[in-house]
Amino acid sequence: MNSPDPSAGAETRGSSRAAVWRRRLPAITAAVGLLLLWHLIVVGFGIPTYIAPNPFQVLQVFIDKGALIWINFWPTMVEAMAGFALGNSIAVLLAIWFVHNQLAERAFYPIAVFINTIPIIAIAPILVLILGNGYAPKVVIAALICFFPTLVNMVRGLKAVNPQMLELMRVLSANDWEVLWKIRLQSSLPFLFAALKIASTTCVIGAIVGEWIGSNYGLGALIIEATYNFRSPLLYATVVTGAGLAVAAFTLTSFVERRVVKWSSSAVF
Amino acid sequence: MTAVQAEEGGRPASTTAISVRDLVVRFDSDSSSVTALDAVSFDVPEAGLVTMLGPTGCGKSTLLRAIADLVAISGGGISVFGRTPEQARRARDFAFVFQDAALLPWRSVIDNVRLPLEVGRSGGGVEQHAEPEALIALVGLSGREGALPHELSGGMRQRVSIARALVCRPRVLLMDEPFGALDEITRDKLNEELLRIWKETGTTIMFVTHSVPEAAFLGQKCLVLSAHPGRVRAYVDVGFPEPRELAIRDTLEFVQTTAHLRRQLETIA
Ligand SMILES: Nc1ncnc2c1ncn2[C@@H]1O[C@H](COP(=O)(O)OP(=O)(O)OP(=O)(O)O)[C@@H](O)[C@H]1O
Ligand SMILES: [Mg+2]
Repeated sequence: MNSPDPSAGAETRGSSRAAVWRRRLPAITAAVGLLLLWHLIVVGFGIPTYIAPNPFQVLQVFIDKGALIWINFWPTMVEAMAGFALGNSIAVLLAIWFVHNQLAERAFYPIAVFINTIPIIAIAPILVLILGNGYAPKVVIAALICFFPTLVNMVRGLKAVNPQMLELMRVLSANDWEVLWKIRLQSSLPFLFAALKIASTTCVIGAIVGEWIGSNYGLGALIIEATYNFRSPLLYATVVTGAGLAVAAFTLTSFVERRVVKWSSSAVF
Repeated sequence: MTAVQAEEGGRPASTTAISVRDLVVRFDSDSSSVTALDAVSFDVPEAGLVTMLGPTGCGKSTLLRAIADLVAISGGGISVFGRTPEQARRARDFAFVFQDAALLPWRSVIDNVRLPLEVGRSGGGVEQHAEPEALIALVGLSGREGALPHELSGGMRQRVSIARALVCRPRVLLMDEPFGALDEITRDKLNEELLRIWKETGTTIMFVTHSVPEAAFLGQKCLVLSAHPGRVRAYVDVGFPEPRELAIRDTLEFVQTTAHLRRQLETIA
């Protein structure tokens, strides 16, 4: 973990910056092209603003109503992050329990699958009824939406240990705790991060869906309000903000993954 | 069994490190039962180096794993310094070197070598151990302590796993085709290193290989197994005089020995 050959790292970093931009160029070009197409269609066909605004009208909202979006952005972000932390922590702990206790796995895994089959949209009103109108139901919805992919991946990751490593640990008379701590957790990290990247975007969806139901703050509430009042430019700007939050969370998770999982490039997988 | 007990009562056990008597190992599944080893008996003297040859699937790995208490035995007995394999394993008598090095990919070279010092203290404890740094020097990897396994070549990785195996000063070193994936030059070099380490440490070594010259060069004795089920076909005294250098492989005596071993193997097929 401690020293990943500094000289080699520095050498690739310098030349790779240009390479990264070159790799991103197609995506940037495509995005700009699509925005342009959107603008041309809206303007060219004379589509009224309340049905679909053009990109510049959306941009104008960010300038005029920036403060409104900003104060509604914070609660959504807090709910999403809290849900992310809660849902993933429970999933990881449950996965550790399942891997060490077959009975627990057989008893509760099917229940977890069942809960996952209920559409989150259907659970949301129930949770609002139970938990009231504060942050709690939103956090729980965001947590629920994160929970299942992480549970499934983590159980798989904890079990996908190189069998020779387990034999090695047995020769060393290591106990279950040591096997978990020294082997299983690390070798599950690539699986865990695959799930966390999914969760980093879905937790935002969870928070927004939670805010659709009788909430008067947050990006979700703003979306509902803008829709009912035909304030389409505001609606679009809010949606873009929510997407931006999800993309930021995803990027951050990927960044942490690259920092933590340095070995998966070859070795095990 | 009788020989094992006689030894415990009478002469000090120091002459025999591993004693295998009428060993049977069966793998039972729902539909079938495979007898991997049948009526296998042999002794390994203390501080001896026994190599093992046999056609693929004849049970060489199974034999090593039975000695190290990694598979359950179905009949007969194994005694390691007068103890059962489980007692010996809990007392940390063994070290195992696998065909692929089985290093932990997230740990640096030095941390991989330290692993045995960090786990399994509850059983017998690690009172006396070698310095990891010194072992890394011994296997010729000084300066690469901080490297991650995927930054090393296959031969280097195998050296790290040998250093890891030696760090707790095992009484018995079990090696399952450790150099199978290496080129001939590297293999020769590691063979010489292994002999040097063996002489320095006085460890009892069992060494599985598919290479007849390697078996003849390294071993004091060579155990030849036949397949389906695995039985002892021959237990040949090889024992070329010390110090053994690679040049002995060009002597007539060496060629005759390898020819003899090869005949034993061919009559099996
Ligand atoms: N866990 C297991 N379950 C069922 N059968 C097994 C198991 N392990 C080994 N066997 C069987 O036991 C026999 C001996 O296997 P083993 O791996 O010991 O052979 P080997 O001599 O090491 O072969 P190789 O030279 O290819 O490594 C084989 O027929 C194999 O199919
Ligand atoms: Mg084998």
